[in-house]
Amino acid sequence: MQYEAVIGLEVHVQVKTATKMFCGCKNEYGAEVNTQVCPVCLGLPGALPTPNEHAIVKTIAAGLMLGCEIAPICKFDRKHYFYPDMPKNYQITQYDLPLCLRGGVILEKYAFPKDVQKEDFATAQKVIRLVRIHLEEDVAKSFHFEEQSGIDFNRAGTPLMEIVSEADLSSAEEAFAYLTTLRQIMVYGGISDADMEKGQMRCDVNISVRPVGQKEFGTKTEIKNLNSISGVRRALQYEIPRQIEVVSKGGSIRQETRRWDDASGQTIIMRVKENAHDYRYFPEPDLLPVRTDQGLKAEAEKLIPELPRQKKERFMKDFGLSDYQAEVLAQERALADYYDEAVKGSSHGAAIANYIINDFLATGPDLNQLPIPASHFRELAELVGGNKINSKQAKEVLAEMFNSHRAPALIVAEKGLEQVTDTAQLETFCDEAIAANEKSVADYRSGKTGAINALKGFVMKKTKGQANPAVIDEILRKKLS
Amino acid sequence: MKSSIDVAYVAGLARLELSEQETETFQKQIAGILDYVEALQQIDVSSVPDTPIDPNLPTNVLREDTQRESLPVESVLRNAPKSANHLVIMPKIVE
Amino acid sequence: MSLPLHRESIASLRRKLTAGEITSQDIVQDLLQRIASVDPKVKGYLRVDAEKALAQAAKTDLKKPLGGIPIAIKDNINEKDEACTCGSQILKGYQAPYDATVTRKLKEAGAILLGRTNMDEFAMGSSTEHSSYQKTANPWKLDHIPGGSSGGSAAVVASDQAIASLGSDTGGSIRQPAALCGCVGLKPTYGRVSRYGLVAFASSLDQIGPFSKTVEDSALLLQAIAGQDVMENTSRPVPVPDYRAALNQPVRGLRIGIPKEYFAEGIDPEVNAALKKSMDWFADQGAELKEVSLPHTHAAVAVYYIIATAEASANLARFDGVRYGHRTQTLGDPLTIYRKSRAEGFGPEVKRRIILGTYVLSSGYYDAYYNQAQKVRQLLRRDFTNAFQNCDLLLTPTSPTPAFKAGEKMSDPLQMYLADICTIAVNLAEVCGISIPCGFSSEQLPIGLQLIGPHFQESSLFRAAHHYEQAHDWYLHRPNL
Repeated sequence: MQYEAVIGLEVHVQVKTATKMFCGCKNEYGAEVNTQVCPVCLGLPGALPTPNEHAIVKTIAAGLMLGCEIAPICKFDRKHYFYPDMPKNYQITQYDLPLCLRGGVILEKYAFPKDVQKEDFATAQKVIRLVRIHLEEDVAKSFHFEEQSGIDFNRAGTPLMEIVSEADLSSAEEAFAYLTTLRQIMVYGGISDADMEKGQMRCDVNISVRPVGQKEFGTKTEIKNLNSISGVRRALQYEIPRQIEVVSKGGSIRQETRRWDDASGQTIIMRVKENAHDYRYFPEPDLLPVRTDQGLKAEAEKLIPELPRQKKERFMKDFGLSDYQAEVLAQERALADYYDEAVKGSSHGAAIANYIINDFLATGPDLNQLPIPASHFRELAELVGGNKINSKQAKEVLAEMFNSHRAPALIVAEKGLEQVTDTAQLETFCDEAIAANEKSVADYRSGKTGAINALKGFVMKKTKGQANPAVIDEILRKKLS
Repeated sequence: MKSSIDVAYVAGLARLELSEQETETFQKQIAGILDYVEALQQIDVSSVPDTPIDPNLPTNVLREDTQRESLPVESVLRNAPKSANHLVIMPKIVE
Repeated sequence: MSLPLHRESIASLRRKLTAGEITSQDIVQDLLQRIASVDPKVKGYLRVDAEKALAQAAKTDLKKPLGGIPIAIKDNINEKDEACTCGSQILKGYQAPYDATVTRKLKEAGAILLGRTNMDEFAMGSSTEHSSYQKTANPWKLDHIPGGSSGGSAAVVASDQAIASLGSDTGGSIRQPAALCGCVGLKPTYGRVSRYGLVAFASSLDQIGPFSKTVEDSALLLQAIAGQDVMENTSRPVPVPDYRAALNQPVRGLRIGIPKEYFAEGIDPEVNAALKKSMDWFADQGAELKEVSLPHTHAAVAVYYIIATAEASANLARFDGVRYGHRTQTLGDPLTIYRKSRAEGFGPEVKRRIILGTYVLSSGYYDAYYNQAQKVRQLLRRDFTNAFQNCDLLLTPTSPTPAFKAGEKMSDPLQMYLADICTIAVNLAEVCGISIPCGFSSEQLPIGLQLIGPHFQESSLFRAAHHYEQAHDWYLHRPNL
């Protein structure tokens, strides 16, 4: 029997703001423990929440980028469960009226892992529907020691979006592409840095299998502790066959929570799902409702940047880039912005794209902190395009530029790389070449046009390689005709 | 709906340990209170719009995303029954 | 006529202070003596910080509106570096690291914070017998209860141990003890006074308000603490009028509604008689009295005990022994810590209400209880809106009976709840109410009359209450201690 996997993802994304969701403490990763804490986010008796407008606007912006409907009016609710990292023992979240509803994510070929981009499923442009996006507060962070745990409340109360997908995903590769795309959009919109390793984007996977053709879902397991997008892929590559094997041997899957252990490459059982939690949701009486249709949605619209798909199309149309070049540059917002900066006012878009993709990216730079001013690439392209240096010299300049971060014109001047374009000088060298290579001259004249290369080589040698081959070619042909 | 509270179960949800005596007393008392509030079920509320948001409430009282002072770490930990290395300490939390 | 300073009102002390006849230290010294001689009987204070009060008095700025006036604070309102026990063992030893908005405002107005008053644990009760620290006596009859939950704040004002005090009112916790102790107690409109720093009992019902010896003082105190607060989302942006200016407007022409449901069975004949007399007085003064109906009054107690306990069960979840408050000595996992700490730290009334509140929110019961209660609350609210179409104020008893004997209702929670029958609907409808003395029972126990005003019409309450007060001498009576 053939089985298929049914996968739904719940993705938590930390919203990038200056302050926390319900108080004025800094929302910043990596501070000294318990230094970004106040009565509100510590849940002290008597402290009350006040909602951060910017976090709401950014969540709406995320929803708009994902094609969601934005609720005209929404509210916050209390969700109750006791946990040491939860200061009030209830979480302020959104229950029945979330900010964003529905919407979806298109899985583009390039979002899939490289090794499967040629497969049919990678080019199908499948749409993964979203159920909702809501806004809530994050919990504190625990450190576990031998016999006790220590709690740092810096993260408590920071704004957190939860993006819930329909169970539309059916493979590890689709989950990979879905997360890659979500992450890309979050980063593009400035909604979040969405770094899974820093916990800025966290993912819970719900997975079940069923015989192809069956309508009912099988029993699902939930996988936690996934710290990277490729980790999600590996976890599913393990879990799907595991479930299929159990089911196809007549066994049954228990509803349980498993954790992914990257080292052993297995999902390991954490706990069997106890009875459903009774979260006792009710509307948060400390907070007033939020209307999005009186300015907040308009604010959010202003935040929405040109998205990767639009950007890619523009790169191809305006700068003549290939599909591949445009895709690579458009994938990361930081890189796309860099390219846009580099190409400003230049007619050498394709050359600049080449330098960035083939030369610069090969050096593995940190995209968020690119060390070289983008204008250097434009300068270099102008030097080559204006016949100041040749493409071989360009490589030399690039190498030096990556090394010292200095401007190409400066490097060219310092290294004396400027091409010899003094024609009087070149004419003299050409005359010398003709005089010294009788055989080649004769061959050329007898129709072996390739013989001219020997003469060119002679001149290049004389100029120590700094001549423009096209100019030499022109002079020689004139003299030999 | 006739009330059928199981005090022991609800106390579990509320993370309250009750003695047998307390459970018994509360079971009786709360059942009595629930009998009293039962009368609410008879009230005709059909004229109240079934909206999850009270239309009387003002909306969009929001805070600008600007920083306010946090507490000094000593104040954060001042009332903690146990703390070490600037962390609030609990018995080991098992996930 | 020269009264001892502790007998006087804020207004008269302010006149003497600014005239240079007395100093703030004189007042504090006099009160400290009074407390030393009387509080062992009344037990209204949990703590008095004599040294701090004297130090503050020495720095008095008489230019400020409450400059030099000592005020007592209910022990559920945070005051920086002071204890804030809420009458509970679970907060024994707790030291507030921040000021509630009202304490900050009082300090800014020049007031001296004299001490912390006793209360029913977490404001749950109508007799102050549910304090886990001590039982406060009714100053008029020491074996009777002072009312509650702000019994301490009422008793210290009624026994001249404070010039005025702050309390909190969720279902009558200011007005009922004011009536039973014979002082003035105001429950402002929901949203008039910031709740930031008031340890929450029921967030949608709680309001902070003053106890005072005169209506004028009540107006002075409200002036100091009212207004929208950036730290409190439900505080309303309604301008704060000059309350004192309202005192001198005449009673003539006021339309006063008499809700018939408040004079039904169960009302004590002496209370009824005192109320009838006060109605006659208002009529004589040219007010227009008319019978009105608040048809859902019978449902108020039930609605209240569902909504208040539901909110309380969430608000009190934070008391778990993790970040502050009592932590059990029993060793165990976090779950054990929670269950034991809460069992050891909370008293029986609090436990009872947490369980009731948890139950009405729990899965399967939410609609029948909480949701239905919210709808009936809307009907109650509508009752008041309708009544206020035709009248400016409503006049009712504050409590159906004078103070009862200590211990009388402790074993029957429902009977205790029904003591709040006249005050509860005011909180549910979020309107404002004031209780002022209007006579004495044959046992020499005070009787209170309640005036209820529309949203943010505290000025109307002050106007009517002030004229009534000044035309009678009830407010000048003092218990024999």
